Amino acid sequence: MQKFTVHKGLVAPLDRANVDTDAIIPKQFLKSIHRTGFGPNLFDAWRYRDEGQPGMDCSNRPLNADFVLNQPRYSGASILVARRNFGCGSSREHAPWALLEYGFRAVIAPSFGDIFFNNSLKNGLLPVVLDDSKVDRLLHDVAAFPGYALEIDLDSQTVTRPDREAWRFDIEPFTKYCLMNGLDDIGLTLRHADKIKAYEDKRKLERPWLFT
Amino acid sequence: MAQTLYDKLWQEHVVHVEDDGTTVLYIDRHLVHEVTSPQAYEGLKLARRTPWRPDSVVATADHNTPTDHWDEGIKDPVSRLQIETLDANIRQYGSKVYFPFRDRRQGIVHVIGPENGFTLPGMTVVCGDSHTSTHGAFGCLAYGIGTSEVEHVLATQTLLAKKMLNMRVAIEGPIPRGVTAKDLALALIRRMGTAGGTGCAIEFAGSAVRALSMEGRMTLCNMSIEAGARLGMVAVDEKTVNYLKDRPYAPKGVAWDRAVAYWRTLQSDADAKFDRELKIDAREVKPMVTWGTSPEMTVTIEDRVPDPDKEKDAVRREGMERALAYMGLEPNTPMSEIRVDKVFIGSCTNSRIEDLRAAAAIVRGKRKAANVKLALVVPGSGQVKAQAEKEGLDRIFLDAGFEWREPGCSMCLGMNADRLDPGERSASTSNRNFEGRQGTGGRTHLVSPEMAAAAAVAGHFVDVRQWR
Repeated sequence: MQKFTVHKGLVAPLDRANVDTDAIIPKQFLKSIHRTGFGPNLFDAWRYRDEGQPGMDCSNRPLNADFVLNQPRYSGASILVARRNFGCGSSREHAPWALLEYGFRAVIAPSFGDIFFNNSLKNGLLPVVLDDSKVDRLLHDVAAFPGYALEIDLDSQTVTRPDREAWRFDIEPFTKYCLMNGLDDIGLTLRHADKIKAYEDKRKLERPWLFT
Repeated sequence: MAQTLYDKLWQEHVVHVEDDGTTVLYIDRHLVHEVTSPQAYEGLKLARRTPWRPDSVVATADHNTPTDHWDEGIKDPVSRLQIETLDANIRQYGSKVYFPFRDRRQGIVHVIGPENGFTLPGMTVVCGDSHTSTHGAFGCLAYGIGTSEVEHVLATQTLLAKKMLNMRVAIEGPIPRGVTAKDLALALIRRMGTAGGTGCAIEFAGSAVRALSMEGRMTLCNMSIEAGARLGMVAVDEKTVNYLKDRPYAPKGVAWDRAVAYWRTLQSDADAKFDRELKIDAREVKPMVTWGTSPEMTVTIEDRVPDPDKEKDAVRREGMERALAYMGLEPNTPMSEIRVDKVFIGSCTNSRIEDLRAAAAIVRGKRKAANVKLALVVPGSGQVKAQAEKEGLDRIFLDAGFEWREPGCSMCLGMNADRLDPGERSASTSNRNFEGRQGTGGRTHLVSPEMAAAAAVAGHFVDVRQWR
């Protein structure tokens, strides 16, 4: 997993609530058997004026000029700000894969879909929860000031605005440790292999019907 | 201390707890399908790891599979490769059971789990699919996971998890005629919102839930995720036990007796504390229809399309306006005047035998309306299909001009050829009405099987309570 320590980057606003994973990466792209290749199809139905299909060359597709990420001022954005319940819907990990491949390292919203939140953390995409009033201010400021950038420091758990005002966010200590060190969950869990084995042996005795 | 059902299921599966409460949780049953597993197996391969317990894996192909002309195989080469990849991975890494494409027991993963007894009370059940909450109907701790977690379960037989909040949704009172588990689910989501259950494990309780069949309980738990909750569950009772008896993979003989004795303990203690509680009066629930692009955008069949001008909250108002523009609907239009182009009866929410019986009862002796281009009935599994055909339900649908298809996820998400074209409007028994969900530019209205069947016959939404 890609480490996350400090990230400073251009911010793009997605002023919508309930952005679902079908919108983030539509189902036709889920037919891929790889983890990569989803970036050009991030927000496909909003971003292009034609219907995207897997394997299509996206460089010549007609862009929807109204979609926020197509505005030149947000080109190269690496922090996305959206409204509540971002990433609701399906469990497709293709959603964080697409966001990361597009260039996002963090998404800021008042709340996230539980599965998307988890999937993001497994891939080094940082979901930052800030309350509605702070997200309101960010959405306003991003629109008002071209080139608006934020600095996110995972160690101090802060989002710092250009005026140096810093907002704190919460994150589970174990998750933070894994993110900051880019640790592979599976390796960490396998440190407890003996415990898993012991649990399993006990379970075979207590609930034998689960092992037939 | 008094425990909830969720507390008991959680405690039963704890292997190890980190300092901050992050828990290594043991997984009993791992359901695998073609869409969210290839990258997990690839990861396993790259790290030179092997599955911890292949006999916990039950696999099938469902999302991509065509629902007609099975003899011709899968024409779409991208879909075919994904399914062949699953075939190869299961061959290499093993499983308890695999129902591949065209197997007579193949079907939607959330339908085949319970009907074969792969899903049993007291289990942890996971799958790379958000509707894994369905299995909670059996008193399981069941939830959807991402592909990294699929790999984690394959490699370690565990997941890293933090305990969620306990929420009880009590649905009390007799369920009115014409109102189904689907309507209860939609009414609940309208009340809670699609983020109302975020961070919670929901236990559905109350006399109305007790009165539901296992199929109805599965429908209700299935849509927990649409209320934001990864987990929904129902305590074990006689119906649970009776449903599972003699299922092919349920325990038998002495093991059955021992299992049932344990299963009966899977209830919340009388004085257990819940972090959140919500009460719903079943008597007040009516047949529901969604009007927008989020499952919380729901009204009753008696209502009209909502008017954004009456919404005070600016964010909500904008969301409503965007949804109405996408859906091609005018505010204040009576829901019963909305005409539909296609009807879909199927999905992990509503494709079980009881759903098909209910839809067939509405359709019997009638014809699909001329303006309905396609009315698709897709059974949840090969076994559901065979049972329906034994009962003659296929004839009822075919005689009415409906199509009777092979099992799979089909038009719920349109990964195969079954989808809406841009601008087309559906009455659908599935679970999500997101933009583009059933096809780019498609417009989805979520309803119960009865409501979908009636819409197919009438050509527009109608109140099934007045159906004759």
